[in-house]
Order: sequence, then structure tokens, then C-alpha cells
Amino acid sequence: MPLLLTLLRRIGSAIPSVFGVILVTFVLARALPGDPAAYYAGASATPDSIAQIRSQLGLDQPLIVQFFGYLGQLAHGNLGQSTSSGQAVLSDLIERLPASIELTLTALMFALIVAIPLGIWAATRPGSWVDHLCRLLVTLGAAFPTFFTALTFVYIFYFQLDVAPEPLGRLSEIYYTMPPRVTGLLLIDTLLAGDPEAFRAAFAQLILPAISLGLFALAPIARVTRAAMLEALGSDYCRTARAMGLSRGRILFVIALRNAALPILNVLGMVFSFLLGANVLIEKVFAWPGIGAYAVNAVIASDYAAVQGFVLMMALLFIVLNLVVDLFASMADPRVRYDD
Amino acid sequence: MTDQTQSPQTALAPATPDRWAEFAHLLRGNKITFAAVLLLLLLVLLALIGPAIAPYGATTTDATASLEPPSAAHFFGTDALGRDVFSRVVIATRLDLAMAFGAVVLSFAVGLILGPIAGYFGGWADTVIGRFVDTLMAFPLFVLAMGIVAALGNSVGNIVLATAIINLPFYIRTARAEVNMRRDLTYVEAARMAGNSPWRILAVHIVPNILPAMVVQASLNLGWAILNAAGLSFIGLGVRPPTPEWGIMVSEGAGYIFSGEWWTFTFPGLALVLAVLCFNLLGDGLRDLLDPRSRT
Repeated sequence: MPLLLTLLRRIGSAIPSVFGVILVTFVLARALPGDPAAYYAGASATPDSIAQIRSQLGLDQPLIVQFFGYLGQLAHGNLGQSTSSGQAVLSDLIERLPASIELTLTALMFALIVAIPLGIWAATRPGSWVDHLCRLLVTLGAAFPTFFTALTFVYIFYFQLDVAPEPLGRLSEIYYTMPPRVTGLLLIDTLLAGDPEAFRAAFAQLILPAISLGLFALAPIARVTRAAMLEALGSDYCRTARAMGLSRGRILFVIALRNAALPILNVLGMVFSFLLGANVLIEKVFAWPGIGAYAVNAVIASDYAAVQGFVLMMALLFIVLNLVVDLFASMADPRVRYDD
Repeated sequence: MTDQTQSPQTALAPATPDRWAEFAHLLRGNKITFAAVLLLLLLVLLALIGPAIAPYGATTTDATASLEPPSAAHFFGTDALGRDVFSRVVIATRLDLAMAFGAVVLSFAVGLILGPIAGYFGGWADTVIGRFVDTLMAFPLFVLAMGIVAALGNSVGNIVLATAIINLPFYIRTARAEVNMRRDLTYVEAARMAGNSPWRILAVHIVPNILPAMVVQASLNLGWAILNAAGLSFIGLGVRPPTPEWGIMVSEGAGYIFSGEWWTFTFPGLALVLAVLCFNLLGDGLRDLLDPRSRT
């Protein structure tokens, strides 16, 4: 019950953020250089058609009225029309969102699976080779630009060793049939369609982008895990547990890790910020048909409605992810529930 | 330099007369930070005199020598237009460092104004500034930078501005926390009793003391600023060809991966890695120096 209350309160506290995000995307749209009406009207516009578009877009109204108009449109799920694809921005984004989510979540899972054991291992043997390896990975992981890591992997594993598939999208449709869309996540949809071959192919396509993306997220997680575990292991309660003769495994994974969970969860907010941002770069390298690659094309083509929709959707996604992390944090540590 | 730190009103308070000795000691004890300092000197030197020492021009094309692998004539090989990759990497140092430093200086300056106001006065100023920070932090930062560049226009200046804006929250938060901590300390009370105005107390008595924390923040932030600016130019924003810049060079070189011309993207990429590594290690070293508590 207190958990439910926490959840409701956290959702409530996210509302100002959502409002702020909407306000910023609105302001950014008004900051477009030049006359937005002329811009939306296109190159072959006459003064008449520009004026028509201006009143159509409500640009002749006061800013505050325009803002409420924008809120109304958002409430109806209207993010405007993309000038490059000719489709509604929202349907474009929803079409491409699962590809980005699949990539981001796989990268996150890879980062967690490598970073947490590595951090724990390093914390139990400070000064050993594992600790040095951990530090080296953390230092290098934070210094390699994701797009450079990705290109290097493509060069080594696709061009030189030829063990990775061609870095073009999620599934080669020449050799495999796209499964019917259920969740939009290919790893799940191919299994639902009972097509293990396509599953394997989709997984092979996913490995390099997910690892290049995950390596960047690995550094902060491993660093925080190591520091938090060091602190927990040096604490009075762990000393007490040792004095009471509890097994090493129990102290490490039950007592210390549980106490270290909170800082690890807290750093995830920053990790998501990294991942969602770097996602854009990775999608460009691997021609991944997600919303990041879509936004890159939109920015280059000055397709502003699409960029605005993308920024808004990423920010909302980020807020939701942070809510989930918060919820986990309050499950991991009761103290969080009573904070503020 | 030594005189400066021995004067009692040094910015790096609490002043210890042997701070440089301590610094030298730490550097000796920490070879990695020492290497980072040397690397920084090299980078700054390249940024200053790069165009003068580069063997070829940044945009000098040579159709007879396109896509040549690294050799004695071309240390890093040549790109598709026959331009010397080594020269371009060297000459790009200035632009990449300038973008990162420009962004960091901007957010440092604005953070040093807004943070202390929020931390010292509290109340509605704190609420407004806090909301502003929360709103920026509600975005994945690179995505926000893309949105800003798309809205303000695709130019190098706007890349610097966008990088500065997305990093602003970290400076404001650091400055706010540091000022808040000192607001009610005895020496500040004393300054208040002596009739100093709040602005004078802030400018003369508090802000100089928060500079060390802010400098650490800035140096840790420099690497991130480089990555961010290079990432934006990698996706085709800001810097335009044929301007040499590491991010865009990696992007241009990416097209030649499938024909095996690895040198076109590898060397500018490695330059980025070295620069970011240098700033990150320097930031860690500086933090160890200025905040002994965090030494491990």
C-alpha cells in the first residue's frame, strides 16, 4: 500500500517535468529562424498562401493562446505533419519507436550484466587485477565516443572478421520475412511467429549496436557499483554480519548488494540520459530504423515538426524510465519512500 | 605561480602555503594525472600552432594520392579527396578544443551567477532556478542539444550554445549546493554583521570559495563537452565540410569502412578519444587535489 502511494506521489511529481518539457518544445518551435508560416508553406508559397497558413497554424494569435492550442493538439495526439515523409509525425514515431526501445533495452541489459558483477568483483579485491581492469574499462568506456566504438566494431567484426552481419537495419528482408507486428520488438515477434531463423538473424543484427551503445553506459554503472559496494563492505553492519559468521556469499549478495542498490539505481537516471542520446548516433551508424535515425534525417531536412515530436517523445520516455527507477529505488530502500 | 598561491587571499581557499608542493607531490605519486597534464599541454600546443606545423593544408587536395594508407609521406594516410589525414587531425584540434572550452566557459559563467543566487537567497529565486534546472534535466541531454540546434539554426555557434545549455544544470547545482553550505557559516555572518550587502558577500566572500568545486566540475565536464560537440557534428550538424573537425571527419571516413580504408575514420576518432581521456583524467586528478575526501 505505501508502495502504491509512493507511485502515485511520484507520478504527481513528474507532472511539472512533463509540463516543462512541453513548454520547452513549444518555445523551441517558436525560436525557429525566420517566419514559421513561410517555412511551413514551402518554397513555392505566395504571400496569400503564407497568410493562410499563418492563420491555419494560429501564428497570428497571442503566444499564450498558441501555447494552449499546442496543448490541445497534443491532447489529441497531434504532433503535426512531417514535411519529409508526408505522414503524421506521431504515426511515424510510433512506427519506429519499438526499434529504438529494443536497441536501448538490450544495450542497458548488456551494460548491467557486465558492469554490476565487474563492480562487485572489483570491490571485493581492491588493488587486484580485476580492480585495475574495472578502472581501465570505466576510463576507456567514458572516453570512446559511441559512434567511433560502433564504427570500429563494424570495421573489425563485419569487414575484417566477417562474423557480424551487414550493419544495415534490424533484419535483412532479402533472406528473412518480417514477422507480423505484435509488440514491434523483433526478438519477441519472431518467436511469436515461430521463426527461429529470423530470431537468430534479428539477434545477430542487434549484437553490435547494442554492445557499442552499452559500453558507454557501462562506465558509470561499474564505477558506482564498485564505490557503493566498497562502502557497504566496509560498513559496521557488514562487519557485524561477518562477526556473526554469515557466509561470504550471503554478506556479499544479500546484505551489501542490497544496500548498494540505491546508488546504483540512482545513477541509472543519468545512464538513461546517455543511452537515449547516444541511441541517435548508433542508429545512424547501423542504419537502424528507429526514431533517432528518423530525427537525424528530420534535423538535416529542417523538418521541424518531426524534430519537435522526437524531442518530446524522447523526453516523455525519459521521464517514464525515471519513474520506473524511482519505483525500484523505493522498493530497494524504504527510506526513499519517506523522502520529501 | 608559486607566489600567487602563497598569498592568503588565493581563490583556492582554505589556503595552504604548500599547495603547489602538494600538487607536485600528488603528480609524482600519480603518474596518470601527470601524463594527462602532458597530453593537455600537447593538445593546447597543437591548437595554437597546429596549422603552422601541419605538413599539408587542411583542404589541399591531391587527386593522384587519394585513399592512400599511412606512409612516411602521409602519417595517417589520405582521404578520398587526397587530403592528408594527419594534417587535418592536427588542424582540427583548435576547432574541437575551442568548441568544448567555449561551451564550458559559457555554462561555467552562467552557473556561477544563477547557482549562487539560488543558494544564497532561497525563496522564489531558488524555486524558479530549480524548476529551470529540473526542466533541462527532464530531457535526455543530447536529444535536447539536437532540438536546440534544430531550432536555433545549424551553425558552429549554436552547437557551442546547445552544449553549454545542456551542461548548465550541473554547474548551477554545484554552485547552489556549495553556496548554500556556506550561507550561514560564521565568517559569512560576520560579513553580514559588518554591514556588507548580500551581493558583496556573495561576490567577495562566498563565490571565491566555491571556485575549486566549480573548476573540478568544469574539468570533468570538458570531456563530455567534446563528445557532445563531436556527436552533433557527426550527425551532420554545425561544422560543414570541408572544415576539418574530428566528429565530421569520422563521419566522412565512415563511408570508406566497407572498402577497408580504416585510416580515414580511425585517426580522427582516436584524437577524440585522447582528448576526452585527457580531460577526464585531469578532472579526476584535480578533484583528488582539491577535495582530499574523495581520494581513494
